[in-house]
Amino acid sequence: MSATTIDASRPLPAADKQGTVSDPERLSRALESFLADFGATAALYLEACVHCGQCAEACHYYVQTGDPKYTPIWKIEPFKQAYKRLMGPFSPFYRLFGLKKAVTTGELERWQELIYDSCTMCGRCTLVCPMGIDIPFLVLAARHGMQAAGLVPHDLWEATDRAEREGSPLGATRQVLKERLAWLADENAVEIPLDREQADVLVTVSSIEVMKYPQSIVALARVMKHIGASWTFRSDGYEATNFGMLAGDRKGQKDATMRLVNAAVAIRANTVILPECGHAYQAFRWAGANIYGKPLPFRALHISEFLAEEIGAGRLKLKTDSRSMTFHDPCQIARRGGVVEAPRVVFRALGADLREMNANPSLNWCCGGGGGVVSIHRADALRHRVFHLKMQQVEDTGADLLVSSCSNCRLTFDDGQAYFHWDKTAHSLLELVAGNLAEKH
Amino acid sequence: MSGASLLTFARGPAFEVALAMLIFGMVWRLVGILALRRSRDYSEGRKTAGWVSGLRVIFSRSWPQAEFRERVLHWDIVSYLFHLGYAVAILGYLPHILLIRNLTGLRWPGLPGGAIAFAAGIAAASLLALLGHRLTSPVLRKLSNFDDYFSWFIAFVPLITGLMAYYNIGDSYQMVLGLHILSGDILFAWLPFGKLMHVILFAFSRGKTGAVYGRRGAAI
Repeated sequence: MSATTIDASRPLPAADKQGTVSDPERLSRALESFLADFGATAALYLEACVHCGQCAEACHYYVQTGDPKYTPIWKIEPFKQAYKRLMGPFSPFYRLFGLKKAVTTGELERWQELIYDSCTMCGRCTLVCPMGIDIPFLVLAARHGMQAAGLVPHDLWEATDRAEREGSPLGATRQVLKERLAWLADENAVEIPLDREQADVLVTVSSIEVMKYPQSIVALARVMKHIGASWTFRSDGYEATNFGMLAGDRKGQKDATMRLVNAAVAIRANTVILPECGHAYQAFRWAGANIYGKPLPFRALHISEFLAEEIGAGRLKLKTDSRSMTFHDPCQIARRGGVVEAPRVVFRALGADLREMNANPSLNWCCGGGGGVVSIHRADALRHRVFHLKMQQVEDTGADLLVSSCSNCRLTFDDGQAYFHWDKTAHSLLELVAGNLAEKH
Repeated sequence: MSGASLLTFARGPAFEVALAMLIFGMVWRLVGILALRRSRDYSEGRKTAGWVSGLRVIFSRSWPQAEFRERVLHWDIVSYLFHLGYAVAILGYLPHILLIRNLTGLRWPGLPGGAIAFAAGIAAASLLALLGHRLTSPVLRKLSNFDDYFSWFIAFVPLITGLMAYYNIGDSYQMVLGLHILSGDILFAWLPFGKLMHVILFAFSRGKTGAVYGRRGAAI
């Protein structure tokens, strides 16, 4: 008999099940969560689908593989099935006559790959759907149920769990942040204020920046010094990534959001700057107030919006950088977040030769790493397949420099670059700006 | 059942039951959806009037964006041929207009019978093409359920029986006409219970997404 071996990239399926509860208990937790999400919006979307299949044609997973299981609306089939059986206007008939089968734990387990590994919640499908169904909204709701059932891919679950316990999914704990900021300040001769009692601007980070791209923190400090802002980091509210949201963990999402809200309120900030991170923007700018339960008492801006605003106000002045550049619009910031013009204001201020991609910014291909997918290692091969589309889109511009404003996209680009031995590196918009600050007289 | 009694049944009690099911079913389903919990959005909208975008998307989503046309436009066109042909046959044919006038008092001029038959023919051919697509496309086969095929059938039969009646095909005109009217009754009765309800729901779901994205200032 051969011994079972565990390969790091392909762990035992059991690893993708959390907790030790029975299958019926998992199912009941999932259904309870689904029921909580069956509001008017979800119902409207689930009822309006005419099964036309056009969403497949917008999805990078389907386009690259041709496998119908990657049809976006199919990815939430158990959620839809549960809705029709339990909540829809005709649910009593469905149950009475057995017209819709009850969802099973086995089904949920089989769907884990579709709900997590092969959906970045990029929202391209929303833009093609003739019924206008916002499928990522449904995927997020389906993830809530999966998380409640303890059926999250192990690596995404571990990151979420670490974020909940340590305040950061990647080990950027308070202590690590403090040490790293002190080191960066020393090393680069910049001031990086931490834990000021009052500041107008609370800046936040993605732990990807803290751990992998620390120069973006230096870049931020340089920009803030240049414009003379009153700002600070806070060790009680710095991590803007929200793995709770990505995994479907409502409590984790709320805790991560409230840490930032409380820190901003404590220092009486009028602005919170969200870092170069797509889902952080989505989680805080658009979902933050709803978690807080009332309007946020400050503005929440993506760093690219802040840069554009400062350029407009004449406080941020840049040297010319006329290289040819192309910009990868992160899905959660542009397509689903509404920030399209701001980075282009920055490119104009730089005098850059901006070469837009062949699709308009809102229809840009996703890098393939969003929605927590980049952290799910068993999905690497699939992710590399969809990265091809992105690579081609970038290549077609003929631009020398690839720029983006999301560290998660950047991480995905770095990985794709290494995998495909590609000669393009994704650069940070913020770092590009910091590298071109004009001398102030 | 003779042709005459079928006709009487289809025009009388069956029609009344079908109309009642249509109205009751639509109200039941809409209330069942719209009366569910809604969460208030406290985020500060980039544009305050999301509903303007919602209204716009109800119309703008009727045609695919340039980026998607290469992959979806051909089937959209077939689908439009069906929808337009169907609408012309229903709303342009004089006997249908008279029925609507009797029910509502509204009236408008009809189209020549030949034009109606042509439109119905186009609609039937398009519907057959759409069925072929559903049966052969791996994506559609995966998504399709009973409702997709049943609704297709329920939409197709009135077209065929209508064309048969118009061209006087079949032994008994009354029988064919009776079947046509009965199939129309069934179409009305089934509409609120399956996917055909998209004739109403499309506006709500497009409008909702249009409003959400519009508030965010996102292109939609």
